[in-house]
Amino acid sequence: MAVITVNSDNFEQEVLKADKPVLVDFWADWCGPCKMLSPIVDEVAESSDNVKVCKVNVDNNQDLAFKYGVMSIPTLIVFKNGNVEKKSVGLISKDEIMELL
Amino acid sequence: MTDIIIIGAGTAGLTSAIYALRAGKNVLVLEEKMYGGQIINTPDIENYPGFKNISGYEFATNLYNQAKELGMIYKNEKVLEIQEDSNGTKTVVTDKETYTAKAVIIASGAKNRPLGIDREQEFTGKGVSYCATCDGAFFRGRDVAVVGGGNTALEDSLFLSSYCNTVYVIHRRDEFRGDVREVEKLKAKDNVKLIMDSQVTDIIGEDMVSGIKVKNLKGGEEREIKVNGLFIAIGQMPDNERFKNLVDLDEKGYIIAGEDCRTSTAGIFAAGDCRTKNVRQLVTAAGDGAVAALAACSIS
Ligand SMILES: Cc1cc2nc3c(=O)[nH]c(=O)nc-3n(C[C@H](O)[C@H](O)[C@H](O)COP(=O)(O)OP(=O)(O)OC[C@H]3O[C@@H](n4cnc5c(N)ncnc54)[C@H](O)[C@@H]3O)c2cc1C
Repeated sequence: MAVITVNSDNFEQEVLKADKPVLVDFWADWCGPCKMLSPIVDEVAESSDNVKVCKVNVDNNQDLAFKYGVMSIPTLIVFKNGNVEKKSVGLISKDEIMELL
Repeated sequence: MTDIIIIGAGTAGLTSAIYALRAGKNVLVLEEKMYGGQIINTPDIENYPGFKNISGYEFATNLYNQAKELGMIYKNEKVLEIQEDSNGTKTVVTDKETYTAKAVIIASGAKNRPLGIDREQEFTGKGVSYCATCDGAFFRGRDVAVVGGGNTALEDSLFLSSYCNTVYVIHRRDEFRGDVREVEKLKAKDNVKLIMDSQVTDIIGEDMVSGIKVKNLKGGEEREIKVNGLFIAIGQMPDNERFKNLVDLDEKGYIIAGEDCRTSTAGIFAAGDCRTKNVRQLVTAAGDGAVAALAACSIS
């Protein structure tokens, strides 16, 4: 599935109300490790149909970063039924992402 | 069997790979995290010859692509140990596989030194940070503490003082090791509080950091300070214990090797920040990479 760019306006609809688990990647332009994680997250999106993959730019959506306690990026959060299920901070491998899911 | 195994894909490791590949060797690079090493978070490198300004990410990615295009085999595995056979062949054991090679270059670099207190690891990314320039922006308007007394701690504190409400700078001595001018700049800031002769003994919080316990080393009294962020800037340290069966380490854990990058075992070389040296920079790591690779090529 394609990666969906989410922001404060569509977060509820796309993430909290989703009918399957959602992997959200919190990132920013100036963050090197984020740029390294991004293609790995894209691969996860392509290889699995039973998860939805979203990306949040923390610079443009500081409220979301604050709300979900993002204090370092990249941060990956797995949401299930609108709740935070798992959280991982820092660069991780595809295997480790699959384990989160 | 591989000609040369390189441990670590930082500047030293990737430079070694480029030299060895260009010399026609086959090269396996083993990296536990992602390529790039320590420099990856740095927004501006301004002292690498030939580049007036380049980001750490761009620098590392260029190096990685250069090695990749030359035919580097790159694996995301953590090296656990090296063994040597009676005929000199080196066996490298990782968390996934075992490989053999004629020569090994250790380019394991250095990592952020932890404070070594309870729950520090648990709170990393949840208020505890080792990189103010990476994570500072998430602490806008909040109170934070910086631990350390060198230039990094001073620069981090100055940087954070422009975002944060209050910055407590905690140092275990009565004087900073860092630049006097930086100290003066900090003293002039209204929202910076210097706490000398003191040590952080505990981190408080449920899911995220909400405070720290700070002990005065002279009087012995302990107090609690409410902060959301704890930035640790007490330098780097090597991580070479796993290699000490074959290479001698100095008292700080650096691999004993001179400019020729040769260690106490023939066929094992040490390049970059992981070896004993005075200047730990990208350009010296790259220099070591070339020296170690050419020495390894001559025996493989
Ligand atoms: C915040 C910061 C800013 C800096 N700014 C500059 C600057 O502007 N200019 C400059 O010249 N220098 C700068 N430096 C110093 C520079 O980053 C280092 O000198 C350089 O990175 C050393 O390169 P290296 O390849 O020896 O080690 P590293 O960059 O530390 O790379 C070592 C690699 O080995 C891997 N590794 C370690 N152990 C294992 C194992 N057992 N198995 C597999 N992989 C392993 C690590 O994951 C890492 O990727 C800075 C350092 C820091 C921390």
